[in-house]
Amino acid sequence: MTDTTQRTAQSVTVPAPRGHRRRLVVVGNGMAGIRAVEEVLERGGAGAFDVTVFGDEPYGNYNRIMLSHVLSGEEAEDGIVLNPLSWYEENGIDLRAGVRVDHVDHAARVVHDAAGGRTPYDTLLIATGSTPFFPPMEGLHRGDGSLLEGVFAFRTLDDARALLENARTHRRAVVIGGGLLGLEAAHGLVTHGLEVDLVHSPPHLMNQQLGSDAGRVLRRKVEQLGIRVHTGVRTRGLLGTDRVSGVELPDGTVLAADFVVVAAGIRPNVEVGVSAGLDVDRGILVDDRMRTSAEDVYAVGECVQHRGQTYGLVAPLWDQASVLADHLTGAAPDAEYHGSRTSTKLKVAGVDVVAMGLSGPERDEDEFVVFSEPHRGVYLNAVVRDDRLVGATLLGDVRKAAVLAQHYDLGTPLPEERTRLLLDLGEVQEGAGAGDLADLDDAVQVCHCNGVTKGRIVGAVADGCTSTTAVMAKTKAGKGCGSCKDLVERITEWAAGGNLTVDETVGWYVPGVPLAKPELMAAIRERGLKSVSAVFRELAPGGVEDAKSKMGLTSLLRMMWPEGIVEERDGRFVNDRVHANIQRDGTFSVVPQMKGGVTTADQLRTIADVADKYDVGMIKVTGGQRIDLLGVPKEDLPKVWADLGMPSGYAYGKSFRTVKTCVGTDFCRFGLGDSTQLGIDLETRYQGVEAPAKLKLGVVGCPRNCAEAYVKDVGVVAVGSGRWEVYVGGAAGATVRKGDLLTTVTSPEEVVTLVGRFIQFYREWGNWLERTYEFVPRLGIERVRAVLVDDSDGMAAGLDERMQTTVENYRDPWQEGAEPVTTGQFRPALPLGMPTVRPSQVRS
Amino acid sequence: MNAPADVLQDVCRVEDLPVGEGRTYVVDGEQVALFRHRSGRVSAVQAACPHAGGPLADGQVDESVVICPLHLTAFDLATGEATGGGEGTIAVHPCRVEAGVVRVGVDVR
Repeated sequence: MTDTTQRTAQSVTVPAPRGHRRRLVVVGNGMAGIRAVEEVLERGGAGAFDVTVFGDEPYGNYNRIMLSHVLSGEEAEDGIVLNPLSWYEENGIDLRAGVRVDHVDHAARVVHDAAGGRTPYDTLLIATGSTPFFPPMEGLHRGDGSLLEGVFAFRTLDDARALLENARTHRRAVVIGGGLLGLEAAHGLVTHGLEVDLVHSPPHLMNQQLGSDAGRVLRRKVEQLGIRVHTGVRTRGLLGTDRVSGVELPDGTVLAADFVVVAAGIRPNVEVGVSAGLDVDRGILVDDRMRTSAEDVYAVGECVQHRGQTYGLVAPLWDQASVLADHLTGAAPDAEYHGSRTSTKLKVAGVDVVAMGLSGPERDEDEFVVFSEPHRGVYLNAVVRDDRLVGATLLGDVRKAAVLAQHYDLGTPLPEERTRLLLDLGEVQEGAGAGDLADLDDAVQVCHCNGVTKGRIVGAVADGCTSTTAVMAKTKAGKGCGSCKDLVERITEWAAGGNLTVDETVGWYVPGVPLAKPELMAAIRERGLKSVSAVFRELAPGGVEDAKSKMGLTSLLRMMWPEGIVEERDGRFVNDRVHANIQRDGTFSVVPQMKGGVTTADQLRTIADVADKYDVGMIKVTGGQRIDLLGVPKEDLPKVWADLGMPSGYAYGKSFRTVKTCVGTDFCRFGLGDSTQLGIDLETRYQGVEAPAKLKLGVVGCPRNCAEAYVKDVGVVAVGSGRWEVYVGGAAGATVRKGDLLTTVTSPEEVVTLVGRFIQFYREWGNWLERTYEFVPRLGIERVRAVLVDDSDGMAAGLDERMQTTVENYRDPWQEGAEPVTTGQFRPALPLGMPTVRPSQVRS
Repeated sequence: MNAPADVLQDVCRVEDLPVGEGRTYVVDGEQVALFRHRSGRVSAVQAACPHAGGPLADGQVDESVVICPLHLTAFDLATGEATGGGEGTIAVHPCRVEAGVVRVGVDVR
């Protein structure tokens, strides 16, 4: 026991140091603080330090850069987690998430938190980041000093959630600030269909990084997205007493606003540093070893000021964290941080932007090379001084980014013909730019989001990663915003040379059997393999079975041998073992067939009686026009099916699911064709047919498209005079795609035949889990049309025939309830119920 | 009074477990998922996945891993570790098949 712990024994929350371990307390659980901890652990610091981390936000560590993707809907919250709570546990880190540090008593070496806890430290690391800056505006605060309701910053996950929530319920937003963050916020809100005004007081957008010409080109692109841009305008004030209702500009113009996002810059969080008595200017002052003015207190990230510079980008944080860890662990006592030459590489509002150094010439003798093509939204420039690149801007075309970054970072010699800095002139070569890659220095950062250099990518290849997928998994390169993926791929290709495997498993039908689908099918047919275990035995390396491959193989065999395979239930996913869709609590959902979404009073009564009898958790009308009984325990499934007495609606399989229909012609005033009947006919014929992925269909009686046929895997639209359009490859999930018009036919019978032919073609040629919206573009609609409509390959008759056999062998799986197929098929998997598991960290 | 882990208890007959599948049994108040591999071996692990409490006995297995049906996390049946990392670790219980009877040891702490 040291003196320190005795002094504070009453309220100490950290165990006394065990043996020689030092207590490292980190204030700040963001990208900089946790990157520093990671670097310490990588250098073997786990044995030397007991680490405690305080975080203001109640989460683990997530990628703040990706919040714009959360807002635009491109990324789920889970997708931006860098370190889940389990990571802290696994590394023995004591995380105090959601506990704010109140002040630091450096004389006593104790951190006081807002919850009243007192935590002693031997070494303190401050990584408190920064706070959004709210420029002075009339009406920003209410009478009681609180922020006007409906005004948001855009820095934290909670901010992103609040903006998403507001985007759902409102129509008009104003974004204040036209820098990177403001543009991303505006872009995200526009994607949700909002009317967005963007107010920016400097004369052009992204003025920190871009010159006025580039800013103009960017503005055109941003306006094309439907964002109204107001530059050179300060916000005078906000209108509204309790909640914001508008934004007033100096000339008296009022922009109506249901809510306002302020993205007008950031300010370093220095309060903790001040409370510890550290020297503070704009940020907490640090030296080249990330040491503050007090012994054993370090700082990294946006809260620091180093050689007069504060940083608001992620790359400098990586550099600082690395130097800090070199010192704390003694791995490289001479390591020094000399500042970062900031270059920005990002995709803002859908536009690729790379900016480094000067945005334009400053001296008479500076060379300025410019290429501008506003029509395409392309603007490129380079600033050369004394034969060195001192600045470059690439907008809309960033192919030259890597080589320019190298010239800029390392001062490598420039081409005599300066145009070549910006454009590839007349040297068409395979894998253009391979020369560039060889010249690229190892120190050049390729992935800014995760701080990965070319050297680390090359190193990963040297360590045996021979595919882009493997390199990305090992280095995290390309796993941030994704804008560098192309370059990661090119460097991997270049480094692997002849050894490149285009992640071989990507081409295989399943990861456990090294064959693409056509070869696999040929081998199965040739050897007459009819069970999953036979496929592993004969075709897998060493005959080893692979759990992840079983489901795909089961599907393939059942497609190839419609009369029956050697059934092995372990080859099926649980949904297909018990013919129901597993839910988050281990119960199942039951969806009876309801063809075309048409039901009867009797059927509804039966469903209602069953729902009462088994006390189902929820009765839900589904998007596919059926009724879902949710929360049915596995052991009740057979009884529920028996009482329903209806066939399965297949709401759980990689198979034909449902046909959504509109009211058609019986009642609708506009119907041009009997879509309801055609939908029923389609489901009657193709019910339960298994496929590489689920199939959702739609039939509509006129182009008003009341059942969304244009965005279904197969959509059928009546267009009058007995004609029907057939669309394929549509989607309205995470991907939204309008189907491609396959052809127009003149009878419902032709629709039924053609749809069956398409489904069989997809079953035979689609990759496992490849939805039709990927399959159709992969082949191209012209090719699909040639095969199915023009019969260019003479395949049509065979496809129809094999589909016919499949249809004839259909059997309703819900008949299985009476006689279980395997011992304990419907036994509960968690008879004592589900344990309480701490929810994943980024779910409320 | 619970038996220590090195004392194996009779849980079920091997034919109660369909080949290649898992079933859950309660041993000493603990839910244990038993998997009968195609090689004839039987593995015993905790029945709920540590990530979201998923029913592991409903998962698919090969000789070395079980895949949780909820989020497709794969756990190594020998070490208990999630093969992708990051989703926690499952308890692995000693388990033997003797004279057609599956015997499992559960250490309840």
